[in-house]
Amino acid sequence: MPIQYYIILSLALFCIGIVGVLVRRNVIIVFMCIELMLNAVNLLLVAFSKMHHGIAYLTDKTTTTGSDAQLFVFFIMVVAAAEVSVGLAIIVMMYRNTHSVDVNFLNRLKN
Amino acid sequence: MSAIQIIFWFLSALAIVSALMVLISKNPVHSVLWLIMVFFAISGHYILLNAQFLAIVNLIVYAGAIMVLFLFVIMLMNLNNESEPQKNVWMRLAGAVSGGCLLMILVSLVRQAIEINNKVAEMKVGDIGLIGNLGKALFKDYLVPFEISSVLFLSAMVGAIVIGKKN
Repeated sequence: MPIQYYIILSLALFCIGIVGVLVRRNVIIVFMCIELMLNAVNLLLVAFSKMHHGIAYLTDKTTTTGSDAQLFVFFIMVVAAAEVSVGLAIIVMMYRNTHSVDVNFLNRLKN
Repeated sequence: MSAIQIIFWFLSALAIVSALMVLISKNPVHSVLWLIMVFFAISGHYILLNAQFLAIVNLIVYAGAIMVLFLFVIMLMNLNNESEPQKNVWMRLAGAVSGGCLLMILVSLVRQAIEINNKVAEMKVGDIGLIGNLGKALFKDYLVPFEISSVLFLSAMVGAIVIGKKN
């Protein structure tokens, strides 16, 4: 498939994630939309890795160009898993203190 | 229209519709289930691009582990339609319009870019996404980041327990 299709698909998913962060007040949904944005970027990285592998394959049949990008996606998933565990712990802590999942409650952090 | 194109368009439509339903659903549990659908669609795209290792890892880590964690937290808080906080309609409209403007600008940028004209992402061929090749690269070139990520997981685990425990 042409790479433009993948770029536009990833952009659409990324912008849906941004709209979700902007329009929802439930902190868990906001967090899920951040995961959606991470996944859009992952999809784009994999598509680009296949694009560059296809270009390099024309000259060298044993090339491993592109495996770096896929490992990058793997490390993004690793960091995302760690981020989710800490983030959900923070959300549970906030819910225990305020009995709400509304992000607007967080502006009370300043006092 | 070949089979690959049909699968591509089906998975793309599934991903975008499910992502929109994540936003639209009032019930947080439904949002989580729609997000799992998005992850399945993205895993389908990975399989289509012959990135089999990432497809499986995406299913296990995201759709399996992370989403179960989200469901547990939602269950713990007993969230439902009634407890859902709502922004007023103007704020929601402004958010949708600004996100749409960003999408429009980025898409027009992609359409103008001449560097990516006639470039294709190869489908179902190429073996860089197979687990053997990725494993070799991971344990040769990326050994240090791999070990550091284990330290990251340890610190994340300690941090989650410290934050989550009662005083």
